[in-house]
Amino acid sequence: MTKENREVIFQVRNLKTWFPIKKGMMKKTVGYVKAVDDVSLDIYRGETLGIVGESGCGKSTLGKTIMMLERPTSGEVHYLNQGEYKDITKFTGKELLAFRKEVQMVFQDPYSALNPLKKIYEAFEEPLKVHGVTDKKEREKIMYRVLELVNIQPDYLLRYPHEFSGGQRQRLCIARALEVNPQVLICDEPVSALDVSIQAQVLNLMKKIQRQMNLTYLFIAHDLSVVKYMSDRIVVMYLGKVVEVADSKELYKNPMHPYTRALLSAIPVPDIHYKKNRQVLEGEVPSPINKPSGCAFHNRCPHCMGICKEADPALQDDGKGHFVACHLYKEGKADE
Amino acid sequence: MELTLKEKRSASSSLMKKNIRKFLNNRLAMIGLIFMLILLFMCVFAPLFTSYDAETVDFTAMRAAPSREHIFGTDRLGRDIFARILYGGRVSILVGVVGAFSGSLIGMVLGSIAGYFGGKIDALLVRISELFQTFPQMVLILIMVAVLGQGLENLLIIFSLTGWMTTFRMVRNEFLSLKEETYVKVCEAFGMSKMSIMFGQILPNVMSPVIVATTVNVAGFILQEASLSFLGVGVPTTIPTWGNILNAAKSIDVVTNYWWLWLIPGLVITIFVLAVNFFGDGLRDVLDPKQQ
Repeated sequence: MTKENREVIFQVRNLKTWFPIKKGMMKKTVGYVKAVDDVSLDIYRGETLGIVGESGCGKSTLGKTIMMLERPTSGEVHYLNQGEYKDITKFTGKELLAFRKEVQMVFQDPYSALNPLKKIYEAFEEPLKVHGVTDKKEREKIMYRVLELVNIQPDYLLRYPHEFSGGQRQRLCIARALEVNPQVLICDEPVSALDVSIQAQVLNLMKKIQRQMNLTYLFIAHDLSVVKYMSDRIVVMYLGKVVEVADSKELYKNPMHPYTRALLSAIPVPDIHYKKNRQVLEGEVPSPINKPSGCAFHNRCPHCMGICKEADPALQDDGKGHFVACHLYKEGKADE
Repeated sequence: MELTLKEKRSASSSLMKKNIRKFLNNRLAMIGLIFMLILLFMCVFAPLFTSYDAETVDFTAMRAAPSREHIFGTDRLGRDIFARILYGGRVSILVGVVGAFSGSLIGMVLGSIAGYFGGKIDALLVRISELFQTFPQMVLILIMVAVLGQGLENLLIIFSLTGWMTTFRMVRNEFLSLKEETYVKVCEAFGMSKMSIMFGQILPNVMSPVIVATTVNVAGFILQEASLSFLGVGVPTTIPTWGNILNAAKSIDVVTNYWWLWLIPGLVITIFVLAVNFFGDGLRDVLDPKQQ
């Protein structure tokens, strides 16, 4: 797919999701946890957009906000539906329900994603009922189809969740999300709770399904090798902000932001002769309640300059679709 | 395809079997269940066990000691105590069961709302329940009897209004933790209504402790009915209940000279309440492994 004719399916603009911190008898708001803080990005149809970052950097909240499971504090999310961009943050009632058919989510923990008291059949039936598939035969047909996609026998439908392994459960969750025939699947660390051997199996399955159904994935993960394997483009987040966006290959070959470099140097290499050239970051991730002034990364950055403490760097294009938010790179010049 | 689905046996039945076996092995709970069922059966089918009527006055046999005609004796109006215990049991057990169930129902609905929505509505409901809980229940019941008047229906209303707090707290606390479960988020992501998530998805996961609490409440309400009726503010004296039978034993004279007027109904209440409690404890062991 060439860059020019790619269609933007999601336009996220200045999205902020802040959680108020309330204290005392009167429940006064004393501050905010700025989980997602001014994020703008585009998601193209058919691509896999990986989102990486440490725990607590807001990647899951970003996913949930795009899914409208969390209402954003401000900002807009435009979704392309029938040739029209609509701001989903204003959706309610019927519109929201229709949107839920378009965009579905796979969650991190497959062990709690299935109601322990409900048979798989019931768990699969409910979303279809909500979305107006009234005919029982029709519902079962859809169930068999999605189960086939994830290689699970249809007679497992009458079993309870506790009878399945983690990998099977995650496959069931993927199948359930696919029931409504979505365009976009938001995957919130879908394999981080699974064994490594099962991870590969689930990831390959997801790739296969993406090809078959022409899905767009928003793939949230903290495992860099998993993201590299899955993604076409990668967004690196730090403390609720996007610090770098690039094509997957480009990002791994030529990481620009100091944080991305530190992240990539932390990937373990399965070679005993490999000399580690690790960039170990000093200090802790600052609290998302009291963020540092200027660039959020400045107190841990090895290249910190005077301006970093004052001005928040904006995302800049290097001209080839590689965006970075760092004062080291001015006007496309990549000098160090 | 349909057929193969139905042929497969689900593992739930094996879990059920395991639980039933666990219950059957609990001797105390089984004894409780058996006593409970025997008493219940005898009360419901009272005419099969006694030829006397609970209301028939017989002035030739006033305060007669237990004999062949009246196995548990008669009261001061010559009414057969055995018959009165059986017919009275109907009302007493009904009061206990209906009171406990409606109390649990109110507690479940309010607890679900408070736990799921949280925030202001939760704070309000918790305060209300605390208010009900800290106020002496007996006084509250006396006030409500004074306001609503004496009567079976009023007693039931009072019991359900004063008996919902335990269930409420239990359901609310469970909801607070269960609403963070991923399957709730999944249902939200599918756009299910709040009602169906609350009552269709989360509530069934809270049912085990609620069932146990309801069972124990049945026993509690039977005792309460007995003590209220003993005081003369419970069920009107025209209706025989276990408490109203005991009501006759308010004077020292009766206690010293006519033991069968108070000992036998007292024993029946004790046995039934104990049986219900044993049964409830056994049920808890099976359904609610957390609270053992």
